[in-house]
Amino acid sequence: MNEGLRTPGGGRIDRSRALRFSFDGRAYSGFAGDTLASALLASGVHLMGRSFKYHRPRGALAAGAEEPNALVAVRRDAARYTPNLRATQVELYEGLEAHSQNRWPSLAFDVGAVNDLFAPFLPAGFYYKTFMWPRGAWKTLYEPRIRAAAGLGRSPTLADPDRYAARYAHCDVLVVGGGPAGLASATAAASAGARVILCDEQNELGGSLLADAPGGTLGVDGRPAGQWLAETVAALTSNTRVTLLTRTTAFGYFPHNLLGLNERLTDHLAEPRPDMPRERQWQVRAREVVLAAGALERPLVFPGNDRPGIMLAGAARTWLNRYGVLPGTRAVLVTACDEAYDAALELQDAGVFVAAIAELRTGADGAEAAKARAAGIPVLPRATVLGTGGRRRVNSISFAQLDDAGEPLAAETQPCDLVLMSGGFTPSVHLHSQSRGRLVWDAALQAFLPGEPAERVRSAGACRGVFGLAAALADGAAAGAAAAREATAPGRTGVRPSGPFPATPAPANGSTAAPGFAGLLPRPARGRGRAFVDWQNDVTASDLELALREGFRSIEHVKRYTTTGMATDQGKTSNLNALGIVSRTLGKPIPEVGLTTFRMPYTPVSFGSFAGPARGELLDPVRTTPMHEWARAHGAVFEDVGLWKRARYFPRGGEDMHAAVGRECRAVRGGCGLFDASTLGKIEVVGRDAVLFLERLYVNAWASLAVGRARYGILLRDDGFIYDDGVVARVSARSFHVTTTTGGAPRVLAMMEDYLQTEWPDLEVWLTSTTEQWAVIAVQGPEARAVLSGLVDIDISASAMPHMGVAPGYICGVPMRLFRVSFSGELGFEVNVPADFGSAVWRSIYEAGEAHGITPYGTETMHVLRAEKGYIIVGQDTDGTITPDDAGLSWAIGKNKPDFVGKRSLARPALVSPDRRQLVGLLTNDPRTVLEEGAQVMANAPARPPTRAIGHVTSSYYSSVLGRSIAMGLIARGRARLRETLYVAADRGDIPVKVASPVFYDPEGKRLHA
Amino acid sequence: MLLIECPYCGERPEPEFQYGGQAHVARPRDPAAVSTQEWADYLYRRDNTRGVHAERWRHTHGCGRFFNALRDTRTDHFLATYRVGEEPPAPVPPVPR
Repeated sequence: MNEGLRTPGGGRIDRSRALRFSFDGRAYSGFAGDTLASALLASGVHLMGRSFKYHRPRGALAAGAEEPNALVAVRRDAARYTPNLRATQVELYEGLEAHSQNRWPSLAFDVGAVNDLFAPFLPAGFYYKTFMWPRGAWKTLYEPRIRAAAGLGRSPTLADPDRYAARYAHCDVLVVGGGPAGLASATAAASAGARVILCDEQNELGGSLLADAPGGTLGVDGRPAGQWLAETVAALTSNTRVTLLTRTTAFGYFPHNLLGLNERLTDHLAEPRPDMPRERQWQVRAREVVLAAGALERPLVFPGNDRPGIMLAGAARTWLNRYGVLPGTRAVLVTACDEAYDAALELQDAGVFVAAIAELRTGADGAEAAKARAAGIPVLPRATVLGTGGRRRVNSISFAQLDDAGEPLAAETQPCDLVLMSGGFTPSVHLHSQSRGRLVWDAALQAFLPGEPAERVRSAGACRGVFGLAAALADGAAAGAAAAREATAPGRTGVRPSGPFPATPAPANGSTAAPGFAGLLPRPARGRGRAFVDWQNDVTASDLELALREGFRSIEHVKRYTTTGMATDQGKTSNLNALGIVSRTLGKPIPEVGLTTFRMPYTPVSFGSFAGPARGELLDPVRTTPMHEWARAHGAVFEDVGLWKRARYFPRGGEDMHAAVGRECRAVRGGCGLFDASTLGKIEVVGRDAVLFLERLYVNAWASLAVGRARYGILLRDDGFIYDDGVVARVSARSFHVTTTTGGAPRVLAMMEDYLQTEWPDLEVWLTSTTEQWAVIAVQGPEARAVLSGLVDIDISASAMPHMGVAPGYICGVPMRLFRVSFSGELGFEVNVPADFGSAVWRSIYEAGEAHGITPYGTETMHVLRAEKGYIIVGQDTDGTITPDDAGLSWAIGKNKPDFVGKRSLARPALVSPDRRQLVGLLTNDPRTVLEEGAQVMANAPARPPTRAIGHVTSSYYSSVLGRSIAMGLIARGRARLRETLYVAADRGDIPVKVASPVFYDPEGKRLHA
Repeated sequence: MLLIECPYCGERPEPEFQYGGQAHVARPRDPAAVSTQEWADYLYRRDNTRGVHAERWRHTHGCGRFFNALRDTRTDHFLATYRVGEEPPAPVPPVPR
């Protein structure tokens, strides 16, 4: 530490606790209460980063969240590496390891700085204009190099090992900002009985008070400001109705007064407790919101304004008063507002030599200027800056006063290692704008202020242009009291906004407001060097002027073309200066130029914060069937079907999927297979009008379905396309057991509810999801009856229980609904038992079946078996544009029904066209070739693009039972093309296929009815 | 995240609800009797309102009931919610913008 750069006392740091840290491998030390930036400045380090595009040396411009230059990475270990942190917000801890970014090989000597020499070739939008030839080189050569040369930090490559928490909260009044206005607001709201949450992004409450010199004339009702702050915070802390959140950024304002807060819990700790979450994201629903976000000081745009050592005047005050750091030894102030004079005077008091004050305004005879002159500092009115000198630190500044014609008088060059600048203050209207509240231009203040709100929100203090401590306190207290009154008013029930929204009262007396300056300082011919507007994205005044010369007019287009305001700081320091330049160049006043949209987040928020606990196993719910553990114990390989885990196949002794599926298929066709069908959607449709309801909904005729019988049902949308399918059983005169596809259950139930509630509310029907109430065990194969007959208490002979028969009964003493159905084409049963008995009944069936060679099989085998029979899977062989006729299912439609959902559409011209795609079988010439699902099918070959597809492959498998590949596809006029040769596009040339019936196995259905 | 007033349950957060498209689009009583154009209009034609829009919502993760709402598409503010079968309330003057 360079002792000479610390004040002998004062500040909010703890000088008894020295902390060691490293920056780019070099050891330094600072004090508890320092930020990385303040500790580096105290060590004489101003060079903290390299700029995005030109790799120019940069130091800290600001002292807070708006910092565009001093972006660093903080590393705890290989997995805990956080890039792009603002050094001005990184709290120091013992052992902190920080690294600079965007430089190679080192921050002091950066090869990329050669970009700075090529700057004339890298103007706004350069990548749209150059690097255009040869065409292919953009992707392979130019873009990768540009991306490598430009940019910010690198991301960590290991998974984030930290925990992130989430919390929901409700309150009467949420106060954003813990400065004077926010604290006054929270105090007033809490004393009116409201439940209050106050959040502030800093580690300490106090806002602008933290940067003020101790004591002085800043007393509030007689007390020194520091005492008022301590007492106010203590009172709020002890108030049980108040929640104070520090290190918590309100990053987003969402509809209906929902605000996202990001609380950083451990980043400031040397050794975080492992059980602590790193961050906590709050979603706060507030009845009323008070925004007390303060204002950000504006930099000035003049040639060479980006060298390290050139900083905002307010930042210098923060370094001095909050951290006890002298940011330089010889300073020049360039200003367009009164507030900055305090910085010059306080620095001079602390021993910094202030060589001159270059005052942009014409009149410099106010009280502040008089004080400065009295202190011996020359004040030069109507000045402009011609340029600065210095490489890794500013070492001189040239400025001149202007004559009446705007021409510079004698230029003056002052050696200096510190340039303070202030263009005035920009109210932080980010959250008000995010809430869709209007912004209005205040000509007197030269600032956008919160206008008519769109939510129940008020702004207070500097963020609505009320400057000055006394005025801000009064404004905050008034806003807090009004918010509390509204939030706790009798009859106030919810937090949904309704008009009229809070009116904005006129600023209270005592507000000291200066318009300041926005835009490019007057630039005489002698000015040299680039004048930066957006430090973080390296956008200069010339870039903006170029964009306007090239014809861009909308501020949104200018922003995107030049990238001004688009970096991680989102233009906090640059937006208004950019507007000023555009306004002046176009000759249009600023409000006519307009403002770009403010979007969340206010400052960057980690992905971990948004993910919260929803990671790994908690990312999504997992649904398992009652037989899941048995399947796992028997070596099942699972696949995800929606949220379900389904057994895909059961490999034995090192089998791959192909071998296992082949064995399982042969077992089902040759003996008996056991399949877990529990994931099928199930809906119990019950009531006086249950038949009528299903008649109106499904295409099938249900009135004729006898109790104890089932039927394959098809559900269309009203546009005539297949929505879902499944077996529907009539359990009694007034109740049906409806099954749906595994993935379709929720949407089918929702569609049923929709028609029942909104189209036919007169029907007396109740719908109940029973998907998870039934375990479904499919026993399929010629031996299925033999396996089950000893376990059930009912007659399941072919005559007593034919195909599509349904009967109640008991199996192993457990009540069941037995379906004789088959999705395999074999004799088959589906045993429905209450879910809690599923596992036990499954095991009993498996044991009883072992004598018959029973084989568990998974979804892959199920798919092959159904494809061998030409049974469709909705969503695989259909895609939301397929009618029952396209799928070859016209036979299912009830011919005499006057109406059902989708019937009218089936008569539309486009849906009866003979050119429609129809489901057919496709057989390759080579029986070993398995087509790719989704592959395009063409009528002719060889086809050179462009060519026309007449359809595509929907299902394709190798059938070990048939000893060859099989496929289905949707082909235009497919059924008229039987035995035609078509060509399937593939990587290694087109594959000829013959069109066939989609039923490849047992076309007569003898096995089904066995 | 919007807050929506279910007419049966009260104010609840948006994730409990599903949007159901434009309200008061009645399915023709006798679909066979309408022209292809009329049927296509019923299927596909919807308003694209800038302003007060009558729309369906379902309190899926609550009571499960469908209901209707008047929402200002410019501000996302709900002006009213009401039950299926009820006439839309007289449009409250929209929140001025």
